[in-house]
Amino acid sequence: MDGTGSSAAIRSTCPYCGVGCGVLLRPDGAGGLTVSGDDAHPANRGRLCSKGLALGETVGLEDRLLAPRIAGVSADWTRALDLVATRFSDTIARHGPDSVAFYVSGQLLTEDYYVANKLMKGFIGSANIDTNSRLCMASTVAGHKRAFGADTVPGTYEDLDCADLVVLVGSNLAWCHPVLFQRLAAARAKRGTKIVVVDPRRTATCDIADLHLKIAPGSDVALFNGLLTHLSREGAVDPGFVSRHTEGWEAAIASALEDDPSRTGLSPEELAAFSALFSGTEKTVTVFSQGVNQSTGGTDKVNAILNCHLATGRIGRPGMGPLSVTGQPNAMGGRETGGLANMLAAHLDIENASHRAAVGAFWGAPNVAERAGLKAVDMFRAVPDGRIKAIWIACTNPVVSLPEADGVADALRACDFTVVSDLSAETDTARLADVVLPATGWGEKDGTVTNSDRTISRQRPALPAPGRARADWAIFADVGQRMGWREAFDYQTPAEIFREHAALSGVAAGFGRDFDISALANLSDRDYEALAPVRWPISTACADGRFFGDGRFFTETGRARFVPVRQGAPATRRSPRYPYRLNTGRVRDQWHTMTRTAKAPRLSTHLAEPFLQLHPKDAAALGLGPADIARVESPTGRALLRVLITEDVAPGHPFAPMHWTAETAPAARIGPLVAAKVDPVSGQPESKASVVAVSRFDAAWHAFAISERALRPDCAYWARMRTPSGWRAELAGAVPHADWTTWAADLFGLDSEPEVISDSARNTVRLAYRTGGRLSAALFVAPGPVEVARDFVVTQIGQTSPDILAARPSAGRPDPGPVVCSCMAVGRNTILDALREAGPDLDRICTRTGAGTNCGSCRPEIADLISRSTLRTAAE
Amino acid sequence: MTRNLVIIGAGMAAGRLVEHVTAAGGWSVTLFNSEPRGTYNRIMLSPVLAGETSFGDIVTHDAAFYEAHGVTCRFGETVTAIDRAARRVHAPSGSVAYDKLVIATGSTPVMLPLPGSDLDGVISYRDLDDTQRMMRLAPGSRAVVIGGGLLGLEAAAGMHARGIDVTVVHLMGHLMERQLDAAAGHLLRQDLTRRGIKVLCSSASQEVCGAGGRVRALRLTSGEELPCDLLVMAVGIRPNTGLGVAAGLQVSRGIEVDATMVTSDPDILAIGECIEHAGQVFGLVAPLYEQAKVAAATLCGTPMEYVPAEPATKLKVTGVDLFSAGDFAEADGREDIVLRNPARGVYKRLVLERDRLIGAVMYGETADSGWFHGLIKDGTDVSAMRDSLIFGPGFQGGHALDPMEAVAASPADQLVSCCNGPHVVQSAFAGLSSVAAHDAVGAA
Repeated sequence: MDGTGSSAAIRSTCPYCGVGCGVLLRPDGAGGLTVSGDDAHPANRGRLCSKGLALGETVGLEDRLLAPRIAGVSADWTRALDLVATRFSDTIARHGPDSVAFYVSGQLLTEDYYVANKLMKGFIGSANIDTNSRLCMASTVAGHKRAFGADTVPGTYEDLDCADLVVLVGSNLAWCHPVLFQRLAAARAKRGTKIVVVDPRRTATCDIADLHLKIAPGSDVALFNGLLTHLSREGAVDPGFVSRHTEGWEAAIASALEDDPSRTGLSPEELAAFSALFSGTEKTVTVFSQGVNQSTGGTDKVNAILNCHLATGRIGRPGMGPLSVTGQPNAMGGRETGGLANMLAAHLDIENASHRAAVGAFWGAPNVAERAGLKAVDMFRAVPDGRIKAIWIACTNPVVSLPEADGVADALRACDFTVVSDLSAETDTARLADVVLPATGWGEKDGTVTNSDRTISRQRPALPAPGRARADWAIFADVGQRMGWREAFDYQTPAEIFREHAALSGVAAGFGRDFDISALANLSDRDYEALAPVRWPISTACADGRFFGDGRFFTETGRARFVPVRQGAPATRRSPRYPYRLNTGRVRDQWHTMTRTAKAPRLSTHLAEPFLQLHPKDAAALGLGPADIARVESPTGRALLRVLITEDVAPGHPFAPMHWTAETAPAARIGPLVAAKVDPVSGQPESKASVVAVSRFDAAWHAFAISERALRPDCAYWARMRTPSGWRAELAGAVPHADWTTWAADLFGLDSEPEVISDSARNTVRLAYRTGGRLSAALFVAPGPVEVARDFVVTQIGQTSPDILAARPSAGRPDPGPVVCSCMAVGRNTILDALREAGPDLDRICTRTGAGTNCGSCRPEIADLISRSTLRTAAE
Repeated sequence: MTRNLVIIGAGMAAGRLVEHVTAAGGWSVTLFNSEPRGTYNRIMLSPVLAGETSFGDIVTHDAAFYEAHGVTCRFGETVTAIDRAARRVHAPSGSVAYDKLVIATGSTPVMLPLPGSDLDGVISYRDLDDTQRMMRLAPGSRAVVIGGGLLGLEAAAGMHARGIDVTVVHLMGHLMERQLDAAAGHLLRQDLTRRGIKVLCSSASQEVCGAGGRVRALRLTSGEELPCDLLVMAVGIRPNTGLGVAAGLQVSRGIEVDATMVTSDPDILAIGECIEHAGQVFGLVAPLYEQAKVAAATLCGTPMEYVPAEPATKLKVTGVDLFSAGDFAEADGREDIVLRNPARGVYKRLVLERDRLIGAVMYGETADSGWFHGLIKDGTDVSAMRDSLIFGPGFQGGHALDPMEAVAASPADQLVSCCNGPHVVQSAFAGLSSVAAHDAVGAA
């Protein structure tokens, strides 16, 4: 806490992952914010990860859209809204309600979601509203509904504090949910919590694992079916709970018995160790995330996990139960409002006529949608075949994030009418829109979000809306009014919307549904403004905030359902042409398509480039060396990626992060590689099991560039990132250039004479440009991967830096090396120096350098540095 | 028992030899010098000319020094013959017997055989007399220097500093072609022109024009006439071998010596600009000093061999930073590293062969020249530091660079691997101090 005191701070919620950390915002009066963790927020108790801590660096107005644009030309709101309303109304009039669609986002606030959903499902009369949460946790929603009769997260974060065993399945918690990871690490330090990580890849999360089960990709069902049979065989099943509160046990165990645990690729010893731990530990929490969800068998994987918790009755009691952690700040809010095409609103079912009638009556809606709409992947398939003629995309970037992303781009190009409401017109998706509407973003928005443990917290504005940007709810409401539903969309404040949403949850509660926040339906504006984080259900019945401890579920029978599941195979098959299976995921310091995180220079240092993790055996077979560039091709697309050789991945199973876009690394987009194969139940695409061919990209040259101004290089491969004083980029080209001076002049848009170093025998060239004696750009070209002290060189823009072309600091100057700790900006070399001086002690090194003393998400990497250098010393 | 040592010539090599020999003792030394003075640092004549120092300051061994060391000085006396059979040296004031003789007669400047080159006012640039001729010119006078090599340019710059209007006429396409490549030569010409010295390259002289027995102008083959009050020829030197030839020693371009500095007569040694060793003649001071050391060792019976080292050149023109060492001719198997900084007027070129530095040319910034010279002389393998080599010793060592930096904060196998930093830095300083003495004495 700084000296300004917390009274000046505005309490809000972080816009990144689903942990939903409370933040304190202090505007600096010049458009900036300082951000710190909110000690009073139950999700993080003051902690923040590197991404959250850098939020202040992302609120600049550079690239913000400040006024509506029609066909690329600025327009006023009246014209833009009239055009959107008219085009949607006309399309509906001519082709029916199902000819239009909304594709929205887990970034939207609950109030935004509520209005969009009400407009589509209640008044337009179609359920063609889906959200990017479809890519994130749709399988969990489906699994929950199959087992519990409702999309209910049974437990809370506190369960991590009091569990004796935590099983992390398909979750790199250390990087993707760092604050929860630290909470778990702290619990482990305190009570010796056993931790099992189930992941085909070795990740930073394995740092605290007692057991890492490196399972064959996608074999989670076999693993948990094996566990279920073990529990049954060893008598670890709770017969009372099963008989009184569940149904379907016989079918489920029969199915499990027929499954083959050897499909996990694990040894019998590993399987036995896991089963023994699980069956012997009552307080067991199973945390699961995208590794489970993003699969054509995702819903079955969820149910395989839930089956084991139901069999042991370990659900809804302190320290036990399944816990889905979501990737977005308001994935849960979207689920609550019905933002998915197969839900209605307030956890009510679209297929249920009495639910529809009740919601229709509540809204005064004439034509509530009667059947589920198109889920994300199907929605974008319906665009090119003409079923959908007008689409509105709010606050998301499907041209990057959806599978077969190149097809999505083609679809939008061909679509009659595309509206995008977003912060920037410079996203891969917004570039293809007919109308782009300026929306407010985090820091400006006013409303609520729900995190992974059902805690509703406020996002409060700390900055004014820039230009003519408006809240998403207001934009949807204005279009609703213009389409003829004046009264239904006559909202003045988010508080009004929230009260209506809360009141509707009371209607749902009347049907016995889980989601009930009706106690908040009469919040005054002032109470809404002051609303402290609150976990639902808000009722006296569930005092400890957990569900199902009493054995009562939301199915028609009130019993939980065992779902018989069998291990399947991924939808795509490996073949001689596509012999590798590509896994995807996130990196520590970026979030989704980087539209926000890429603005923060300090987040651009940890992993500044997209990459392909490749097992040494694969690399050797392919003739690929460290930092070479690989060509990755799938039946649907191709990409160029930097090779990172590591035993963290299994042979045949490379991994690539999914963040980079046409804005940041056009050749390295992962979306186009992923086939649009979806889980038959949840509609969630299989993002982590694409079949690909990998080969060497024969780069004629590699280069590293720094520049004061943004770069958009013209070459086969490039990836750019922000630095505190400009930009950095990695580049490679297929064709050699004879005249680098001309090429560099074009690249940087500079025509002054550069200083040049050339080593013609080695084909290396380095050029530097100065303006008024200060460095404005530099290019380092080499025939192979470029050796440059990047983290030093990027600091030299704007400096006199006479020896910049040495590409390294002089021997007397410290070279901190690549950043390991983003929060405290500590580089690898600084840590290695401390290691030499202080010895191989993690805490001592952290204290000495400051690294890992904030969010701690880099501590696994520091531990890794220590263990490897210790090994090295031993070997020498 | 004291033996007689006779040294012919009291130039810089001889002066150094006397120091070594008198320190070792056992010799009665007689020193002949045609110039009527003791030893001075010839390479410092340019600063004297430029008015930056005075002659008194550049005398290294005067008569008093030699007297104090028991040397018999016969200054202003030219040796006329060597009688090898009698082991005597003949001079106008009488002959002297020797047990050992050292010839250190140095070299003579080459004078172009142009019509009119015997006119008054046509001089070379070799000794104090020449320097004083130039110093006596009145400000505003005009001078032409033939030869854009090291000496010619120092003469030109020195006279220019005294307010003389100077034109340099150079036969080759760029200045100092033996030390500089075309790019550095171009920068040098630009610098000199900018300060007011006219430079004509690719220009051949045809005739020295006179009036009343004095030089009036230089006419070029192009027909252009360059009016002048003084014409300085600085087009090269020729070893003074006359005494050796007359005495029947083996002589080609210079008096031939072996690695111990002994001529074809075992009792006669030779050092300095008059000798030829392994086909090579010498014009820079560093090898001369080395030869003096070897000759002294030979005289004292200590085995020592002369190993020619790559000489380095620095131009002593205030404000011009220039360094050249080794071989930088283009050839198969040679690789160039070139740095160009037009804004700062800096040019550097390193020539590598089989991962060794064999040549270096630097213009505009020469602070690390000693280090580069050391690398050339030591034949150090520079492959590990090639990427930052041209930036000098300050950029060697430190943490290893890693092309994986952008994608992996902690790649395997690339940790804690500092390269040979401390070693490199040490040898850098050694090189720096040893090169301080290396400078030009004459080659133009």
